[in-house]
Amino acid sequence: MPRTAASVLVLLLACASLAQAQDDPDALVKSVAEDTLSAIRADKELQTGNPAKVKQLIEAKLVPHFDTARMTALAMGRNWRAATPEQQKQLTEQFQSLLIRTYSNALTNYRDNKMIYKPLRMNPGDTDVIVRTEVTRPGQAAVQIDYSMEKTADGWKAYDVVVAGVSLVTNYRDEFNDVIKSSGVDGLIKALSDKNRDSAGK
Amino acid sequence: MNRPPLQLRRAALALAGLTTLLAGCAAGPTKEDPLEPFNRQMYAVHQVVDGNIVKPIAEAYVNVTPELIRTGVSNFFGNLDDLFTGINNVLEGNGKQAGDDFGRVLLNSTFGMLGILDLGSMMGIPKDHKDFGITFGKWGVPAGPYLFVPLFGPTTVRDGTGTLVRLFIGPIGYIPDVPLRNSIYGVGYLDARSQALSGESVLDTAALDKYRFLRNAYLKNRQYQIYDGKPPPDEDEDAASAGNGVLAPPQ
Repeated sequence: MPRTAASVLVLLLACASLAQAQDDPDALVKSVAEDTLSAIRADKELQTGNPAKVKQLIEAKLVPHFDTARMTALAMGRNWRAATPEQQKQLTEQFQSLLIRTYSNALTNYRDNKMIYKPLRMNPGDTDVIVRTEVTRPGQAAVQIDYSMEKTADGWKAYDVVVAGVSLVTNYRDEFNDVIKSSGVDGLIKALSDKNRDSAGK
Repeated sequence: MNRPPLQLRRAALALAGLTTLLAGCAAGPTKEDPLEPFNRQMYAVHQVVDGNIVKPIAEAYVNVTPELIRTGVSNFFGNLDDLFTGINNVLEGNGKQAGDDFGRVLLNSTFGMLGILDLGSMMGIPKDHKDFGITFGKWGVPAGPYLFVPLFGPTTVRDGTGTLVRLFIGPIGYIPDVPLRNSIYGVGYLDARSQALSGESVLDTAALDKYRFLRNAYLKNRQYQIYDGKPPPDEDEDAASAGNGVLAPPQ
């Protein structure tokens, strides 16, 4: 009997730590990434890059874990506050769809890669952390991919992706700044939606 | 054994002088890219020549050649990369990593049949990447103006010099048979170009302005490599102000 009690206790503890693990940002990144990659590996159409299906997959699996409004705001920098709420809404929509397209492209191009998840350095109570991963490709040096994540009321959400030292948000900030300087916030909205329309046509 | 690094250091110092000089006389659009108008013209030239000739050949190579053979070709040139990664790790004082690199080269060059098989990776010896541009950067040589070189891609005065140093001392240059040597260079170029295809396709979807996006990404990535993944933070006033005001409701 004591043995049964002990194993029940172990089981309970294991469940508790499992539930805990799901709440941690690194466990989230891992489960989302593995989930997405295995979905691609299991589906021929996703592998050949059927755009509609890849987009669907990303919207279902990845987008809920990204704070696209915050990403847009960060990419806009000081221009964000100069934009009206309506402009902010349009910018977020257009930028999100550009990011989805870019991610779809990257996923279909790099589906054979393996991901390694590095131990997370995090203090209890931290609400802003960097989850570090490494992508290895056969015959190539590994590429570091870091996710900047923030704890929100809705769970942990990524607000930047840094690939080999290149921050997505910072790279877009330079692009956005230049376009806004020459043609204003509306010019940027137009540039983004033109870009999305062009890529959709291909 | 101290001599080659010393000579290289001298060359690096001379290079440092040259890059500051060049940066000084070209007053232009931005600090890192003073030659932007010229570079954009070069980029346009590249788009035409590469897009019409080189890229279609690289795509055909990927479509026609079995993956097994392409991997062998990539591994062969990757083995030469490992050699230079090892040399640069020595110059940078990373003895342990250099040991791994030379171990890979030894193993792959012999049992891996001149590098065609990457046995090192199969045995779990990690592949690293270092080049002379990174080493010069670690020695304090500034990047100098950004350059876009048609058919070669993004570089800087420092990194481009590094590439030339490598070409100059590279083992392929010692092959006496000229047609054979040139064919190896040709296949090496094709291999490198075909490996850039996926990245290029991501760039095409991501960038509003491909020239700018590529330049910024290139410079950030080099900075990251020189600082071993821990570059100093940007003096970017926008980052701070964005952090504060982002979630505040707009007035």
